[in-house]
Amino acid sequence: MAKIVEGEQRRFITGNEVVVWGALAAGGDLMYGYPITPQNEIMHYWTRLAPRFGKGFLQTEDELSAGFATLGGVMAGKKAFSGTSGPGNVLMQEPISMAEMMRIPAVWIIQQRGGPSTATVIYSQQETRLTCFGGNGEGLRIVYSTASHQDLFDYTIKALNTAWRYRFPTFVLGDGYQAKMREAVTLYNPEERGIEIVPSEPLVLQPGTPARDRPPAHHRNTFNIEEELLAVLEEQIEEYESLAPQIAEWEEAGAEDSQLILVAHGVVSRAAREARDALARQDFPVGYFRPITLRPFPAAALRRAAQKSRGLLVMESAHGQLVSLVKEALYGLKLPIYTLLRPGVGITTEEAQEKARALLTGKEEG
Amino acid sequence: MAALTKIALAGEGGQGVQAVGEILAEAAFRDGLEAIYIPNFGVEQRGGVSIAFVQIGREKIGAPKFKKADILVALSQRAVERTRSYLTPNTLFVYDSSAIEPPEIADRAIGVQNWDTVAPEAFADQVGSQPGKPIQPPPAAKIVGIPAAQVAKEELSPRVFNIIILGAIIAASQILPPEVVKRAMEEKFREKFADKPQLAELNYRAFARGQELFQKFTAKEGADG
Amino acid sequence: MPARREPERIVSSVENMPRSWRRETKPHKFCPGCGHPIILKALGEAIDELAILDRVVYGCDIGCSLLSWDFFNVDSIQTHHGRTTPVIVGLKRARPEAIGIAYMGDGGGYAIGAQHLVNAAARDDKITIILCNNTVYAMTGGQLAPTTLPDQATETTPHGRDINLTGPPTLGPEMLAAITGPGAYVARGTILNYPQLKKIIYRALVNQMEGRGLSFVEVLSSCPTNWGTNARETLDYVKNKMGKVFPVGEIKVPGQKEVQ
Repeated sequence: MAKIVEGEQRRFITGNEVVVWGALAAGGDLMYGYPITPQNEIMHYWTRLAPRFGKGFLQTEDELSAGFATLGGVMAGKKAFSGTSGPGNVLMQEPISMAEMMRIPAVWIIQQRGGPSTATVIYSQQETRLTCFGGNGEGLRIVYSTASHQDLFDYTIKALNTAWRYRFPTFVLGDGYQAKMREAVTLYNPEERGIEIVPSEPLVLQPGTPARDRPPAHHRNTFNIEEELLAVLEEQIEEYESLAPQIAEWEEAGAEDSQLILVAHGVVSRAAREARDALARQDFPVGYFRPITLRPFPAAALRRAAQKSRGLLVMESAHGQLVSLVKEALYGLKLPIYTLLRPGVGITTEEAQEKARALLTGKEEG
Repeated sequence: MAALTKIALAGEGGQGVQAVGEILAEAAFRDGLEAIYIPNFGVEQRGGVSIAFVQIGREKIGAPKFKKADILVALSQRAVERTRSYLTPNTLFVYDSSAIEPPEIADRAIGVQNWDTVAPEAFADQVGSQPGKPIQPPPAAKIVGIPAAQVAKEELSPRVFNIIILGAIIAASQILPPEVVKRAMEEKFREKFADKPQLAELNYRAFARGQELFQKFTAKEGADG
Repeated sequence: MPARREPERIVSSVENMPRSWRRETKPHKFCPGCGHPIILKALGEAIDELAILDRVVYGCDIGCSLLSWDFFNVDSIQTHHGRTTPVIVGLKRARPEAIGIAYMGDGGGYAIGAQHLVNAAARDDKITIILCNNTVYAMTGGQLAPTTLPDQATETTPHGRDINLTGPPTLGPEMLAAITGPGAYVARGTILNYPQLKKIIYRALVNQMEGRGLSFVEVLSSCPTNWGTNARETLDYVKNKMGKVFPVGEIKVPGQKEVQ
């Protein structure tokens, strides 16, 4: 694997640029993409940096072809990936569905923007449900929700590894704020930190002549009768669920004997964490829980944390997409779930703190 | 150095606030501090108020945007109105006190997806060139008014108006050593001015001038006060 | 009285199948009288003759072309409707030494897949696209297709295709000849002329192997199931009705100017 930097380097760059360094560090070979704000700079940086490492790119005619071409590249044995946002993400669900059915290990970087439809080009967390469950299937996908540039680097590497290790379509779920903001990140060569890079392998054109040296590889996503489909899905679901404990990730603090746990994902988790720390310094018994994988959702961990607390405050830049995941995980637990919902709008530390404090001091019923 | 300093810079699209925000954040990074910069972008960019959000501190920074600023810079009357809510009892407010009209971008478009962090070259020449009314600063605890547009127009060039403001911010707030800021500028301008070193020089002079203007402002305040 | 002659025996046995055909999946699932097996036989023979069995990746669409997903002893990918072209493009660009074949029907190429076809042509992607034109969407029950003839009755034009409402049939190869570069190979064959069809498909593969440009072959084909025609009527339709609207032959050959 070629080194992407000498040793470790600290840089002050935008999130979209970080994604490209992560993809290169993980051995990403090939990007197919289509312009849509706010992820365009991923293509801009890739087309400038990738040729230095002999990597490829094509801007296709739309998101459909970008996604399907990515599947073609993956089947050819390359670490191919794509990126999109908003209405592009809606279109991408078509190729993503094919990847789900056929276990094609493609990777997508999603930089969420306002929705639905064209809405804003700026920011939201409104593609949570779409990225997790947007196809016409059961959402057998792996979704990492990043909150910082270091996450974008670390988890772009992890996404490419995870996809090829477990063979589910895998996503880095960022947003327009992360895409455009500048903050510090440490770039490194994964192997120098003991991170194994999972190799890709071709799904077609393996060595040998088909039917003579090996069976031909016939890939399809169509079945004839209900039971045939069920058998295939049950096998996939069982594998997914058995792998979930290895894949699920989260961060938490202070759940024990807490009055309230602040729950948030992605960039909003930064506000949640800061708010929690400030309130804890003022001796409020407040905890914090951040799911890092939204698929598979760290339900057991959240449940354990919630059981030690007297309430949750779920905060997101959407209208209940994270809340749904939380409620499903906590089904049966009797504890109040308060919400701070701001679809398409950022949540500042001050707002998070204000809302939490009002709940804690009984000034608000939630 | 405070644990965390929140700086909001607002101006007409084209006055170059994004460039100033980027330089401040980059300088803080080089100085070994935690820093974050995020532009606002979207609907109002063209013909609207451009705001840059910068946070500089010793600890890891939380949410990229904020509602209250420690330092608020507003370079047009509209920017003043738009950012009034960011004021706190302790906010340092910096503004351009020239009687010079900020540049106006005539068209208003929705859904514009890009903005210029530094005014497009042709447009930049117009910055600080039309007579107008001086900005009315809001009631703030600490107010610093710098005739940046006037000085830019008379002594340097309208296009370095924003760098004069940068110099004043650094001198007034002392959040970063000027040499570090200067090196961040060098980095930012190196490619841009690779074949026009005199333009880089112009920026450095503007930066120094901005610092001087603050000293002069303080001296005058001292004399008046 | 003339001596009785033995009818010529047509040995319809496995030995006659192209070696690139997969025997385990024969007999195939196409309807009696369908044109697909004829096209796929010509393709199979061309693959045999070029000895590229281990270099081919074969993509097929939804619709009746779907039934060819396990037809050949080559690595194959069945894709979503209209997306065979971009999948094969993506694969070919990742593995340029592969021979990428995208097989589809008139809808997959000229309707839902049209923009991928047009863009692959504009880029002159080095792949071979083979399109089966049977003037209907067959698998879904015989709806209007881009290549439905004027006044032709289909499930969604039960009173006949009104070209004032839906436009005239799409002339795909002619369009692609106009927008591809000089290295493209564009032709239209017919199931009624097997030797010509074979030659066209052979050339369409060689053009890709020599890396000259896009290779595109449309084939006039039959669907008696949806047309509701007997054998004689079927052949008549392909020859005399379709043949009048869709000119058969090589339309663009690399090195030559587009044939007017």
